[in-house]
Amino acid sequence: MIHQTLRAGAYRKLPMHTAFWHFAMACFLGTFITDLTYWKTAEMTWANFSAWLLAAGLLLGVVAALVGLIDWLVGRLVGMHRPTLVFLLGNVIVLALSFLNSLVHSRDAWTSVVPIGIGLSAVVAVLILVTSLVARMSAHARIGGELA
Amino acid sequence: MIARNEIFEGPIRLRTTLLCTCTIILSACSNDDAANGDDVVGPSPKLAEQTQYLVPQMRIAPVVGWKDGETPTVATGLQIKALASGLNHPRSVYTLPNGDVLVVESVAPPQASVTRPKDLIMGLVQSFATGGGGSEASNRITLLRDADGDGIAEVHEVFLDHLNSPFGVALVGGDLYVANTDAIVRYPYKEGDTKITEPGTTLTDLPGGPIDHHWTKSLVASDDGALLYVGIGSNSNITENGIQAEKDRASIWEVDRATGRSRIFADGLRNPNGLSWEPMTKALWTVVNERDELGPNLVPDYMTSVKDGGFYGWPYSYYGQNIDPRVMPQRPDLVAKAISPDYTLGSHVAPLGMVFYTAGNLPASYHGGAFVGEHGSWNRKQFNGYKVAFIPFKDGHPDGMPQDVVTGFLDAKEQARGRPVGLAVDQKGGLLIADDVGNKVWRVSAKL
Repeated sequence: MIHQTLRAGAYRKLPMHTAFWHFAMACFLGTFITDLTYWKTAEMTWANFSAWLLAAGLLLGVVAALVGLIDWLVGRLVGMHRPTLVFLLGNVIVLALSFLNSLVHSRDAWTSVVPIGIGLSAVVAVLILVTSLVARMSAHARIGGELA
Repeated sequence: MIARNEIFEGPIRLRTTLLCTCTIILSACSNDDAANGDDVVGPSPKLAEQTQYLVPQMRIAPVVGWKDGETPTVATGLQIKALASGLNHPRSVYTLPNGDVLVVESVAPPQASVTRPKDLIMGLVQSFATGGGGSEASNRITLLRDADGDGIAEVHEVFLDHLNSPFGVALVGGDLYVANTDAIVRYPYKEGDTKITEPGTTLTDLPGGPIDHHWTKSLVASDDGALLYVGIGSNSNITENGIQAEKDRASIWEVDRATGRSRIFADGLRNPNGLSWEPMTKALWTVVNERDELGPNLVPDYMTSVKDGGFYGWPYSYYGQNIDPRVMPQRPDLVAKAISPDYTLGSHVAPLGMVFYTAGNLPASYHGGAFVGEHGSWNRKQFNGYKVAFIPFKDGHPDGMPQDVVTGFLDAKEQARGRPVGLAVDQKGGLLIADDVGNKVWRVSAKL
């Protein structure tokens, strides 16, 4: 098993910000689902869920970004080769689009979601999937490096 | 309200931060502000295009109050004096047959629970903008009496206390009706009374909380006194609290005075206030606060005659068949029959009071027309309203552009010294103005 063979100090070199970022991404993915539900039902409750999920996601995302900055400063972003850079850039775009989306979601009733809000939620969901796959590739590369 | 303060004490710093953020973004995307000036008024307006913001325009006038000796400015041939000062958030005025004046001092009902992040921000903005009443308890009616006729009331009596966000008052014979935010309550009144101690009798319940977005219930009795008409504002800007919350709202109810039975007289009126009878045609008129966040010049607030069974658009459309894209599902059947209102007062001027003038004191040019109390805008870069306007009428219909009659509620730095709300005409023909953040009742009369 790979993790059993890692040297004891290796975990300390893994970035911390991902712990927060995972929850932020869960919120943004959730927004897409509640947006879909609002689109189908026109029940305001679902649009309200979306607005809260966006707010929570942004809050966690900003915390993750700050922690990520610390990660970078203390040298925890090891192996900063290309996939990781794509991952970081993708996340910044996810955050920026979600901020825009939270403004759209602050409108009243239908147009707070349809069409621009749900469109942004969908784009963000796709971006999250792509960046997560990239992150997985990068993790593989890094763990491979540690094993060497 | 105590409850509101408790709710908002905690997150106030957060809200301030959010508000500041909004202001920064607001000023960053303010290239459309030049358009604020091209507002529409009058009988057949050309409406502006819809805008949907990322951050809606918001601008509120900080309240500074009136310094000693300061008064609003009046049109030529008129003078103004404070009939009473030191009131607590006076929202409407009503003249009794013996010349006594009732002042309704009210506090907005407690806010509904926060359902969106936006509510945190808007709660703060609204509390600045509407002056929702201080922490001091009022929710009472004060009686003013000016026995010596010098235009300043010597008698201030608490006439009725412990009401529930009252607004409208109507006297029919010996029955005094008070429209609380959740019920019309009847009290016995004898001419000359300065206090009512008897408990009231509820004539009918009205839509109140827990969500009570537009809470002012305007009230007027029919000429024969058999019927009461009461304005019931919508429970949201544009159905964002769910269409269920709008049941029986955004309408004018007709209430049978003998039985309390009610029906919806007219519908689709977002926030109808200042219910009055046009003296020539005897038609019911109202001023209406239209929807926000479609643009600085959209949707203009209006005054209109109200037809029995009429539908005036809200929430589905405005000014006839202009569809509001924010409402889903739409109702093309209702939109098809939506009536376009008679007269545009201006965008976001927030008319909350109206009175037709038929008395003899003011110059003859005011005879037969309507005064409108414009509380003033909050979601527009350039302030609009904050004045009492006069709309001339001819043969029972508006005739000509609105005229500024009482201005100066904003000072030179655009801070609010006061904000006009409800209007009435007193026994001697003076125009009375309730000023809710100036905490005064003003009296306008002909210059001697």
